[in-house]
Amino acid sequence: MATDLVPEVVQPAAGTSRQAPAPKRKRRTRAQPLWRDLLRYRWLYLLLLPGLAYFVVFKYLPMYGLTIAFKDYVPFLGYSGSEWVGLKHFHELFTGPDFGRLMFNTLLLALLTILFVFPAPIIVALLLNELRVNVLKRSVQSLVYIPHFLSWTIVASLTYLLFSVDFGVIANWIHSIVGGQKTDYVAQAEWFRPLIVLQLLWKQTGWGTIIYLAALAGVDSQLYEAARVDGAGRWRQFWHITLPAIRPTIVVMAILTSGHLMDSGFEQIWLMTTSLNRDVADVFDTFVYYIGITQGAFSYATAVGLFKGVVGVILIFGSNFLAKRLGQRGLF
Amino acid sequence: MKQRVRYYDSVGSRVFDVLNVLFLSGLAIVTVLPLVYVLAGSFATESEISSRPFFLWPKRFVTDTYQYIFSTDTFVRALLTTIGVTAVGTVVQLLLTLTMAYPLAKRFLPGRALVLNLVIFTLVFSGGMIPTYLVVRDLGLLDSYWALILPLAINPFYLIVVKSFFQELPEVLEEAARIDGCNELNVFLRIVLPLSKPIIATFSLFYAVGIWNDYMSPLLYIDDNKKWTLQMIVRQLTAANADSANVLQQLETVTFPEQGLKFAVVVVATLPILFFYPFLQKHFAKGVLIGSVKD
Repeated sequence: MATDLVPEVVQPAAGTSRQAPAPKRKRRTRAQPLWRDLLRYRWLYLLLLPGLAYFVVFKYLPMYGLTIAFKDYVPFLGYSGSEWVGLKHFHELFTGPDFGRLMFNTLLLALLTILFVFPAPIIVALLLNELRVNVLKRSVQSLVYIPHFLSWTIVASLTYLLFSVDFGVIANWIHSIVGGQKTDYVAQAEWFRPLIVLQLLWKQTGWGTIIYLAALAGVDSQLYEAARVDGAGRWRQFWHITLPAIRPTIVVMAILTSGHLMDSGFEQIWLMTTSLNRDVADVFDTFVYYIGITQGAFSYATAVGLFKGVVGVILIFGSNFLAKRLGQRGLF
Repeated sequence: MKQRVRYYDSVGSRVFDVLNVLFLSGLAIVTVLPLVYVLAGSFATESEISSRPFFLWPKRFVTDTYQYIFSTDTFVRALLTTIGVTAVGTVVQLLLTLTMAYPLAKRFLPGRALVLNLVIFTLVFSGGMIPTYLVVRDLGLLDSYWALILPLAINPFYLIVVKSFFQELPEVLEEAARIDGCNELNVFLRIVLPLSKPIIATFSLFYAVGIWNDYMSPLLYIDDNKKWTLQMIVRQLTAANADSANVLQQLETVTFPEQGLKFAVVVVATLPILFFYPFLQKHFAKGVLIGSVKD
């Protein structure tokens, strides 16, 4: 949720920073050196310091650490002592056997997400909007928001308890209808992607409706009244008022989604990866963990991560640019 | 309202309403059904779990599994660890977020734009898993509980929301305090913080849920299984790639029925979230989050 909503916030932040300082306070001129500002606002800077230290240490130091993607990092030699090797690791990645598979798996999951997971909250929000019994509407909302707050570990466990071959309820239920041999849905490669999509639907659909419901709540009820006076039925009201009202939100969410095509959700995938489904389960995120942490190839793993990160940045700015070209309000 | 109902009286509209109610009620039920089943399963006997296809109420109500897991060191230790890390972590996260958001809300502060841009940039690009892991390792935090807290100390998104909230507080109050001789620190502590109770409540819950649910940090930074959190135990017992034999051995369950155990562990790891859920929902229903996002 966090990353999804962010660029909405980015805009005012960027805008305000360009504004002139409050009129009562003097702008710093050359005659007033830096230390005078520091002294004058010492309490504010003091408050800022711990947070700033956090960003420097845990966000910007790792960015410096990305240099090991171009080195053969040996822990003993450290960042600066390790030898530069140029694009060796990237060459290894692009020509190696894993790249095609990782790209395919990552993009296929992204495609499935766009096809099945992206429209779900829109549909549910529109249906909720048509509910005329408020108590029911609120109860449904309360229940479908719940899974958003559960961890991926819990989701993976529930999947296991429901689908596992020995006592999974749903697995047994399907077996009793279809018959034949029992299928191990949790372990088998061909069931990996359907289960991932199912998990995403269960966990995120309800929560995803919030932003659309907020947009729907903002529609002026006079529009509906006017449409009724003009003789528009329920369907035409939906088509000409409700749908246009949430179109900007849909576009914004689509942009955000396409900016995160490469993010497959490490925890979710990792928890569902088994020895039997690794061929379809491996995505960039889990591959980095596997290569880096499990096998200790820090430099190579960093190169893979950097590649993913750079593509991510390009996607975010690209989709934003595209949105602006299409006449939509961009995100930043 | 009455007119509206009469207007919609067409057959198609009625049919749609009925189907819509059915569909959405069904959706809500399907969403919570797995949770209810797991809860029921945790109180059922081992034979009932394996023999009955599906149930929402156990035939025989037993608490063996709970008595058992709360008697094992491994589980109790993980539970206490998780509670402790969540409590300390939430306090640290709130402190850092609030103290950083306040100066960032002051438009006159020189250097504010630079810091804000540094924060926003981290939303678009990050060093990634391995470089962050190496920083944590170089700080000597591997196998330390701090590794579960410090790398996630500030959520940039929450920071920006809190900053927007501070910006909307009436400037008059702060000015009055300054005229009365308060310095910025006192303005923050005595004026701003007391006014921010709702947002503090909201984000303590969101941060706490985040730490409680975190699986990636313990996976990356904690090797010592004596320092495992609850999520690690849950995963080890019941994930697809679970290494349950290992944990079961640790839990000394050689003779203990293991299926019911899995249900009970999932319930214990979920319950605190469900307990706080009404508060969580109340706060985001108030529009605290969405309101500030739209600003």
